[in-house]
Amino acid sequence: MPIPTRHFDALILGAGGAGLNAALRLAGADARVAVVSKVFPTRSHTVAAQGGVNAALANVMPDNWHWHMYDTVKGSDFLGDQDAIEYMCREAIATVYELEHAGVPFSRLDDGRIYQRPFGGQSQNFGGDQAARTCAAADRTGHAILHTLYQQNLRARTHFFDEFFAIDLLRDDEGYVIGALVLEIETGEPLIIASKTTLIATGGYGQVFRTSTNAFINTGDGMAMALRVGVPLMDMEFYQFHPTGVAGKGMLITEGARGEGGYLLNGDGERFMERYAPRALDLASRDVVSRAIATEVREGRGCGPNRDHVLLKLDHLGADVVHHRLPGISDICRTFVGIDPAKDPIPVFPTAHYAMGGIPTDRSARVVAPLRHGPEEVVPGLYAAGECACVSVHGANRLGGNSLLDILVFGRAAGQDILRYLKENPNHRPLTDSVIAPAMARLERWQRRGDGEPVHVVKADLRKLMEDHCGVFRTEAVMAEGVEKLVALRERVEGVRLTDHSQTFNTARIEALELDNLVDVGMATLCSALFRQESRGAHSRVDYPERDDQNWLRHSLYFRDGDRMDSKPVRTKPLTVESFPPKPRVY
Amino acid sequence: MKLSVYRFNPDTDQRPAMQDFEVEVTPGMMLREALLEIKKQDETFAFRHSCGEGVCGSDGMNVNGRNCLACITPLAELKEPILVRPLPGRPVIRDLVVDMTQFYDQYKAVKPYLVREDPLPEAEIRQTPAERDRLDGLYECILCGCCSTACPSFWWNPERFHGPAALLQAWRFLADSRDQATDARLDALEGPYKLFRCHSIMNCVEVCPKGLNPTRAIGRIKDLMLEKGV
Repeated sequence: MPIPTRHFDALILGAGGAGLNAALRLAGADARVAVVSKVFPTRSHTVAAQGGVNAALANVMPDNWHWHMYDTVKGSDFLGDQDAIEYMCREAIATVYELEHAGVPFSRLDDGRIYQRPFGGQSQNFGGDQAARTCAAADRTGHAILHTLYQQNLRARTHFFDEFFAIDLLRDDEGYVIGALVLEIETGEPLIIASKTTLIATGGYGQVFRTSTNAFINTGDGMAMALRVGVPLMDMEFYQFHPTGVAGKGMLITEGARGEGGYLLNGDGERFMERYAPRALDLASRDVVSRAIATEVREGRGCGPNRDHVLLKLDHLGADVVHHRLPGISDICRTFVGIDPAKDPIPVFPTAHYAMGGIPTDRSARVVAPLRHGPEEVVPGLYAAGECACVSVHGANRLGGNSLLDILVFGRAAGQDILRYLKENPNHRPLTDSVIAPAMARLERWQRRGDGEPVHVVKADLRKLMEDHCGVFRTEAVMAEGVEKLVALRERVEGVRLTDHSQTFNTARIEALELDNLVDVGMATLCSALFRQESRGAHSRVDYPERDDQNWLRHSLYFRDGDRMDSKPVRTKPLTVESFPPKPRVY
Repeated sequence: MKLSVYRFNPDTDQRPAMQDFEVEVTPGMMLREALLEIKKQDETFAFRHSCGEGVCGSDGMNVNGRNCLACITPLAELKEPILVRPLPGRPVIRDLVVDMTQFYDQYKAVKPYLVREDPLPEAEIRQTPAERDRLDGLYECILCGCCSTACPSFWWNPERFHGPAALLQAWRFLADSRDQATDARLDALEGPYKLFRCHSIMNCVEVCPKGLNPTRAIGRIKDLMLEKGV
């Protein structure tokens, strides 16, 4: 029986902030847009973002987009592409106002303007005093933004495919991406969505690590789909460990807690960030603070009976500030730690949080890959935005408050460029069986019966492996061993079998399909980390402790075919201003 | 610890049944983790879940007769045997997975988005901290469905009564100083069912995992209607 097919102008995979902001742009312009999400849209992981979104509104103290740009370039350890960073920081201001007009319930200042709090790595005047650039809706900013974007999409009558799982992209012989094969989770029926353009907005892959701030759904689906149609992943070695996950559990405690005046203490009761970042202290960049905490614990100055974490102290701020400005983390602390952060310090430890790397794109969110003519050739019909993409605006380390910004700015940019593309390419391209076959094979593979390992065992081993071999501090030997183990684990996946072959809402099958994706992005991460022989941003090599701009001011590229590595230069030239050349990075 | 879990797979089962599982409990363990342990024992067991910290709203279910979010429900607070059932009053798709379509349709019916008629300013629409504070306790809703599926009025008239979750959002926009559709919103809620089927039973308040109060919001809408009617 032929697989049913639907036709759209734009297919958006993922209903987080990037996907929904793109959809809003498209639906508002009367394009036929389909949003496919494996969960109901407001369950997307954007909902869990806490602290806020950066924009140089200057509501609290002087600020401008150029300072924001400087901080982002410095935060990226000079690996970010400066054209994209300039674009994002300029766009930030209008983007936040647009969100506010759409209904986001931002916290307010006395004069009625949007409340902004200080966040890590922010400065005035190119490295001067601390700035306050992060626009917040208490500590539920992601929730407020995601719900607002979904609501506005309801108003725009965007077509949603809720609880449909994307199996693979469809790419024709000439290299055009012409839609995707998806699976309706409720019925187990496959569906082809033929589309003139496809935007991957599937978010991150924190589930590849054992302890992570990420939701169960963050399994790198879109990144792995890109790999499987021959697109490389870029800068995958740069995975951010958030300094303050709840120790041993992983729930995120926003950087906003330190932005509001909280600070870290080690087992000796010392405010140890004074030694690591004398000026910025607890509001240094995330990579710096995470390494500092890991170092304190490694050197025996941790807290608790096992000396395996540090403490985040907030009680000096007063119950009013803590409960009013940080109600969400107050809830998390009560529920998961059994404390009130207005009274007791929070046990924290660096926790896998965010992928700086991803699907390489230009600043219009078009996917670019070295195919025939150069390192940045556009893959026609294919776009990526949000955490799954790498523009690159975060380079080697993302600043807090820049990820909500990234998804909004580049989700919007994707929507705009898709409209341009649709004008030039008004017709659907032919869809042949040979294009669909590989995607169907991936789905059908999980119908194999017989004895085999269960999915959850291999998934648990993968997550442990990644934690052990690709953590905060890295060495050649540990990572090489990790790659070896991961190659073996990848072979094991071939022997995994499902026992559940039912059609109706088969979550076991979804988790099996996600395991394929996790293995692919895990391999990309580990191979890229082994490849880069320097320390930069979040990638900290004990055997190569220095940054090496001579050899490594380059983006890494991982190709699935043969686990091959390549690289391309960083775009150091901004759009209109002077380039910020690499210099030593101190906070 | 013993959990008794509602099972139904329409592909294979004639009728639903409760199935017992034994799960080893660790300190601080939440119900969601216990369900994940069950899924390791039997991968055919289906339930929705994602963030694990009570913000995505995926894992609403009925536990020992009370609706809750599994990920923020400590096992230590539950009496054995723990009975885990799907949210009540909704068609079961499989095991703990229910069809939420009607719940979402009611949400969409209240036009849950900011409506602004005036030209938009270049910068933000100003709002005082006091005006903004009126949205607290409203915008935090995670659409888990615990409230509406605990509401007898919603059980009886799910196609006509909007239910507490949707009405909380109706008030969220009525209460927003930036919204300019007050009259249209109130007009749309008139009649005996959409709003007025609420009989202040307050099950919604009792079960809301985020501590929100839909009954109070519904009362505020009624007050505003009265005020506007006078």
